[in-house]
Amino acid sequence: MVTSFDLPVAVLLPFVGALLAASFSALHRVAAAWVAGLVTLGSLLMLMPALQSVFAGETVVQSWAWMPSIGLDFAFRLDGLGALFALMIIVIGLLVILYARYYLSAKDSMGRFFAYMLTFMGSMLGVVLSENLLQLMVFWELTSLSSFMLISYWQHRKDARQGARMALAITGGGGLALLAGILLLGQMVGSYNLSDVLLAGEEIRAHALYLPTLVLIAIGVFTKSAQFPFHFWLPNAMSAPTPVSAYLHSATMVKAGIFLLARFFPVLAGTPEWSWLIGTVGMLTLLVGAFVALFQHDLKGLLAYSTISHLGLITLLFGLGTELAAVAALFHIINHATFKASLFMVAGIIDHETGTRDMRRINGLLKYMPHTAVLAMIAAAAMAGVPLLNGFLSKEMFFDQAVVASGESLWGQAIPVMATLAGVFSVAYSLRFIHDVFFNGEPINLPKMPHEPPPFMRIPVDVLVVLCIAVGMLPMFTVAPLLAVAVQGTLQAAPPEYSLAIWHGFNEPLLMSFLALTGGAAVYAVRKPLFAWYESHVKGQQLRHWYDWKIDKLLQVARVVTRGFDRGALQDNLFWVLGFTLLMGLAGFLSSTAPLLGGRALLPLDAVSLVVGATLILASLLSVVLHRERLIALVVLGAVGLVVSLAFVKFSAPDLALTQLSVEIVTIVLLMLALYFLPQYTPRTSAVWRKWRDGILAGLLGLGSAVLALAVMTRETATLADYFVMQSVPGGGGKNVVNVILVDFRGFDTMGEIAVLALAGLGIFALLKQIKLYAPATDSSGRMWVLEANPFILQTFSRVLFPLMLMVAVFVFLRGHNLPGGGFIAGLIAALAIVLQNLANGIGWTAQRIRSDMHSWLAAGLLVATGTGLVAMALGYPFLTSAYTHVHWPVVGDFELASAMFFDTGVFLVVVGATVMILVELGKLNRLDAPAPVRQGEV
Amino acid sequence: MEGLVALSIGVLVACGVYLVLRASTFPVVMGLTLLSYATNLFLFAMGRLAIGVPAIVRPDAAGYADPLPQALVLTAIVIAFGMTAFAIVLALKARGETGSDHVDGRTPHPNPSPSRGEGLRGSLAPPRPLRERGLGGEGESP
Repeated sequence: MVTSFDLPVAVLLPFVGALLAASFSALHRVAAAWVAGLVTLGSLLMLMPALQSVFAGETVVQSWAWMPSIGLDFAFRLDGLGALFALMIIVIGLLVILYARYYLSAKDSMGRFFAYMLTFMGSMLGVVLSENLLQLMVFWELTSLSSFMLISYWQHRKDARQGARMALAITGGGGLALLAGILLLGQMVGSYNLSDVLLAGEEIRAHALYLPTLVLIAIGVFTKSAQFPFHFWLPNAMSAPTPVSAYLHSATMVKAGIFLLARFFPVLAGTPEWSWLIGTVGMLTLLVGAFVALFQHDLKGLLAYSTISHLGLITLLFGLGTELAAVAALFHIINHATFKASLFMVAGIIDHETGTRDMRRINGLLKYMPHTAVLAMIAAAAMAGVPLLNGFLSKEMFFDQAVVASGESLWGQAIPVMATLAGVFSVAYSLRFIHDVFFNGEPINLPKMPHEPPPFMRIPVDVLVVLCIAVGMLPMFTVAPLLAVAVQGTLQAAPPEYSLAIWHGFNEPLLMSFLALTGGAAVYAVRKPLFAWYESHVKGQQLRHWYDWKIDKLLQVARVVTRGFDRGALQDNLFWVLGFTLLMGLAGFLSSTAPLLGGRALLPLDAVSLVVGATLILASLLSVVLHRERLIALVVLGAVGLVVSLAFVKFSAPDLALTQLSVEIVTIVLLMLALYFLPQYTPRTSAVWRKWRDGILAGLLGLGSAVLALAVMTRETATLADYFVMQSVPGGGGKNVVNVILVDFRGFDTMGEIAVLALAGLGIFALLKQIKLYAPATDSSGRMWVLEANPFILQTFSRVLFPLMLMVAVFVFLRGHNLPGGGFIAGLIAALAIVLQNLANGIGWTAQRIRSDMHSWLAAGLLVATGTGLVAMALGYPFLTSAYTHVHWPVVGDFELASAMFFDTGVFLVVVGATVMILVELGKLNRLDAPAPVRQGEV
Repeated sequence: MEGLVALSIGVLVACGVYLVLRASTFPVVMGLTLLSYATNLFLFAMGRLAIGVPAIVRPDAAGYADPLPQALVLTAIVIAFGMTAFAIVLALKARGETGSDHVDGRTPHPNPSPSRGEGLRGSLAPPRPLRERGLGGEGESP
């Protein structure tokens, strides 16, 4: 076990590289390609030491606890299977980067391309190197997102956007299923770490939740790996730039699903359910893909369906469930990646050099690009399974396993037959790729005169084709060690006996290969009538149309529903929201069987309370009845607020009473200032039915809240109160428990709240900045405003009161930790003192004397509050931990100095800043209009 | 006593909801204020009612009211003020931009039945801003 961190670095390096590529491309066009290449090489170098241990037979796990409570670790793992995939991702990635550098035209942004590409590469590495399944899931989703960006790289093209959206919808939907499957798996095993999961195979297969888990994980695999019936996103993703197709659809994206099949092979495989589900889907995909591929006229379309077919083959092999079938599957993964990447690159070269991908027009390219033609022919032959090439070896192994699996049933007998049939079509479409493009007469009406591509664009293809031949001829000296560790990593056991020899004698697989080759040639020979038949009978029956239709329907329904509820009228929207709230509350009441009222001893009702309560109720009702007379209604509203603060006094909440009282005054002043700009009377616009409807809804909601409140208040309670009361003095150093909770126990909440208040203040400031409002010249009855704005008595008294009010604020602030008071209340009192000066003496007068910008008060308050928390952190305690000490002040006496006091200072500053800012900004509108009561323009 | 408080909460909610459902901005803001009173009282009542036992630690205290809802409600009162202020300024802004006091920024009926204040308000309809007029003038005679 290596305790270094090279695996996470290798995975995260491409993400860093993505940022670098995006920023360097501004300096030079090609810089992004260099960054991408170097970063990829860097990842490879980081993996080297771990790879050596893997080839020596070890499994490397590097793990850090992240969120242990939910089983999430930051954990990476490299074993044989991970090594195989990581090498494919990196090696083919390097070739694709080289290829893409020459493929992209001057109009395409290299920085964006390589940034997406590296993000995708990092995500793929994360998938194959994750030890923790939850972390794997994160990377899995990242591959869906980054492939969306890659497929839609040419954003101006509609087909690219549609293809990308379809890929995202389908793979993303599958990702949800996979997440559910993985959560079930983790529940069964009790751990999300692969090391534990891989050892729990028997337990999982015997578990009652095995089948749902299998189905959910399989849906994730099938969507990602384009298995029938989810395969149709892959051909539509061909609108991506060809390097993307070469990368995503040969070695990476679609292989991620296959990777999971291999990963969970020792855990989930070996049951009839597994064979039926995975095997059947694989077989169907193999056949459908091979069949449809023959009829594609688009070069990349042919390759896309061929990819689907080969993925089906690999899935089928895993579905067979035997160890040897898994060996064949892994071998075919390697071979498919090499020949399919090279074929996609050839398709890109042809597209690049001729301007089209339509095989009905591209003919006879052999004489224009002989080198590329030879490469393409070898790769296509490998795809067809021609002897001496790598595709032949794995296909023989596949045929062999098909024969082995045929022994059991009638369905089993069909396996070799269908395998051969798929082979026939595979040969036929490979033949078409060779014959149609490079022979078959002269090119027809090409946009460009074809010629060989730039050499560096061809080199990646050279490399891959050489690999095809080398593996095909000398498997023991090339691929054998890699395959061996991959098999070991997949099975998590010693590999079975298998042979990579080219010649196994005359046997059934050889016969099947022979049948496939001759049959394929025969099918290709009669292609013309076949094409005609396909055009007239099959072409319309595509799943894509069904998908589009479904999506259209879904959007239609969404539109109808949205229009039904949202007609652009706030009143209707609110009615729905409130009505639904009522229904939910009603459902709660009706579903409860407990008695409505509890048995708590109730407080006796006294006469004073009755009068006060009746005042509150009457005042509330009056504010509604009179609501069209706005000024009067506002005065009545103020009375309601005052009664509420009396209620707080009565029920042992002095802090609340003080807060409510000061807020009440501020609110009423604010609303009065605002009312100046609004009509003084509300017109009667509501229809009678609407009034009744709203009234009934309001009444029911009121009734519901009253009953709910009563039901709670009559029940006994078990609260946290005791803890806070007990801990207040020893833990927070204050006797006023409410204040200690605010500034100490729940200081973080308070911090959020003052931030909200500061934001509200700033938001109002911004809203009022450019407001186009005009103060009316007269009141609603046509009387001019009184211009002598500042009554003399109020002026005089306010100036005397100012220092006294500030004194009270300081007093309330200082006692707040032990007696009712604190930063909130002191802030409100101080704000009131300032607002009173503005009201009595005018804003101009006050601004000359209190020269302070409320923005800096807000900023200072937030800084002080945050700073208090940070000091605690710097001293090694959690954020906002408080400390206190006793100080003896002369005259005042023994005095507690708590660090929470500094926090409370922050609260104080923010409250003053926000309150004064809101009121004074609103008041300024009046002031600017006040000198001349005529309609002024913009202020 | 509990019944009285519950009744008060119910009336506050009913009045608040009715006002919030009105078509003009000012009653909506008043309704929000009533609803915030109701919510604060409701939250406060979740700690049960108690008389004469403030949550201030004293050796001779007979008991303590639940301080936790009080702390929650204290900040809620201040935040509710921030929200009311924001809502009313939003209403002013909408009035400035659209010239309408309706919550949707436009009056659904072009000629509502005249009532008190309506006719006067018509004469006080805000003139178009100077800037727009200025631009228009420039456009006509460059």
